[in-house]
Amino acid sequence: MNIEISNLHFAYPTGVQALRGISLTIESGEQVAIVGQNGAGKTTLVKHLNGLLQPTSGTVQIGDWNTKEHSVAKMARRVGYVFQNPDDQLFSKNVGIEVAFGPRNLGMNAEQVQRQVNEALAMTELSDKTETNPYDLSATWRKMVALASVIAMDTDIVIFDEPTTGQDAANIARIANVIKVLRERGKTVITITHDIDFCGENFARVIAMSQGRILLDGKANDVLGQEDVLATTYVDPPQLTRLGKRLGFKETVRNEEEFLAGLKK
Amino acid sequence: MAIVELKNVTYKYPLTDTPVLKNINAQVNEGEFVAVIGPNGAGKSTLCYTVAGFVPHFFKGEITGAVEVAGSESSKSNLHEWVLNVGLAFQNPFNQISGAKYTVFEEIAFGLENIGVPREEMIQRVNDAMKLTGISELADRSPYSLSGGQQQRVALTSILVMRPKVLVLDEPTSQMDPIGTREVFGVIRALAEKGMTVILAEHKVEWIANFADRVVALHEGEIIADGKPSDVLTSDLLAEKGFGLSRYTSVARKAKAMGMWQKERLPVTLDEAVEGFTLTLPSPKGRGE
Ligand SMILES: Nc1ncnc2c1ncn2[C@@H]1O[C@H](COP(=O)(O)OP(=O)(O)OP(=O)(O)O)[C@@H](O)[C@H]1O
Ligand SMILES: Nc1ncnc2c1ncn2[C@@H]1O[C@H](COP(=O)(O)OP(=O)(O)OP(=O)(O)O)[C@@H](O)[C@H]1O
Ligand SMILES: [Mg+2]
Ligand SMILES: [Mg+2]
Repeated sequence: MNIEISNLHFAYPTGVQALRGISLTIESGEQVAIVGQNGAGKTTLVKHLNGLLQPTSGTVQIGDWNTKEHSVAKMARRVGYVFQNPDDQLFSKNVGIEVAFGPRNLGMNAEQVQRQVNEALAMTELSDKTETNPYDLSATWRKMVALASVIAMDTDIVIFDEPTTGQDAANIARIANVIKVLRERGKTVITITHDIDFCGENFARVIAMSQGRILLDGKANDVLGQEDVLATTYVDPPQLTRLGKRLGFKETVRNEEEFLAGLKK
Repeated sequence: MAIVELKNVTYKYPLTDTPVLKNINAQVNEGEFVAVIGPNGAGKSTLCYTVAGFVPHFFKGEITGAVEVAGSESSKSNLHEWVLNVGLAFQNPFNQISGAKYTVFEEIAFGLENIGVPREEMIQRVNDAMKLTGISELADRSPYSLSGGQQQRVALTSILVMRPKVLVLDEPTSQMDPIGTREVFGVIRALAEKGMTVILAEHKVEWIANFADRVVALHEGEIIADGKPSDVLTSDLLAEKGFGLSRYTSVARKAKAMGMWQKERLPVTLDEAVEGFTLTLPSPKGRGE
């Protein structure tokens, strides 16, 4: 199921022009990271994919659905979105109910719901927390609950807005694993992130946004290697990319494996 | 001279059985910039609350030992007095907006207004602080209609503007863009140079290594390492305990095992990594020609 955005403009009611002409195609099964400075319009853009926001002009097409013609509830069948702030998303009295809410709402039968919930909780290491009130968990673990409740919906498209914020190495590895599993299942994953090392390690395609527009869009190595252009939107290349460049590597590297290979050359 | 002193501090939240801070002993000198690192749940925020007086005054619970800032003891003071010396930026910036104000400017001026700073001075201080964190253009915006990183900058600015003796920052750059993060670390460094004492809970090891004087590593409520960034952040102990380390350190550790890192010490900054790996490479200048 492709995502097709054409000439999308969006202004908030306050008058802020948050998106100024975005055209973009994301194909079924792609893994895309979106980076860019605070206020660039990243969150505003992805909120258009599930109909939370509607274009001021231009169109957003998810498969054969134009987001203008479908409710947010309907869009949720195709697009799952994990909010930047988990507290915008969580409302149930315990983790089990929270994670079951989405799949149940999509009309899955009890058995399917249970399977989805168990799997999502296992992937996020929350299996022993089903009875816990999300608000008794720390913000970092609430973020994991928000993530679990979206992956449990098994949508074709999954969006993560800053998933690694405040997470330690173990949780970041869990999130990377979730993304890998989704990739193997052919899901489309769009992740907004300021964690540029995480971006380099987990995504094949990177989009850099700046001031409501797309600044760069391409293969991760091509985009992440452009230090000067990225700097205009307040993004540094990943640590190992910068190191490779300083050591005079001919090719851009973006993870350990590529770096160590570069060192041997 | 020590301005913050934690003496054998042990703390339990209400209705819980196990302490989340265990026998914490630490001193922080005036003008020192100390980073606190540790996995989720290690106790970083609780430690921040303790220095800032929210533990025990707001969270209650059971505390033993003593917490001193600038010569007074937390248990013998109230939160109202305490916050005049110690400013805290909470981990979740989304909860920190006061809700009392219409514009970003007023939101940041709120604390100064409360302590009766004269209007002229107030305006000057708010403008200066907004410039430091790069949000001058947002002055007239509503504090609610902002992006995640913009909200976090407002929250941080409203603490900086108070110019507390001790600044306690709980992951203040978690929503910020990469270069903005680096700039905020620079701002914090500059404040420390001018004598402000800074305690910062953070995961962003590369910038800790570049800017902080000292690193305290927390693990399950205990301090397991305390020292210079270049020592603590490269220690095998932290690697074993699963702490997030800089990519330079991790990759050099692997390279070392493969015979491609020759120095005794592992790198923690870009410059150290460049210096070390240059020794391995035949002729860095000639590569790629
Ligand atoms: N609810 C809102 N009302 C009005 N303006 C808004 C609102 N939310 C965001 N904005 C503005 O729209 C622009 C884009 O914001 P958006 O949240 O999309 O940025 P972002 O790229 O996600 O940034 P961050 O990295 O800080 O999360 C910014 O100028 C922001 O101030
Ligand atoms: N209000 C509370 N009541 C009971 N237990 C709490 C409370 N707040 C935190 N805890 C527990 O105290 C321990 C330390 O939590 P704290 O939030 O200080 O960790 P942290 O290092 O800041 O973690 P993170 O990286 O997730 O922010 C955790 O086990 C947490 O579950
Ligand atoms: Mg955002
Ligand atoms: Mg914390």
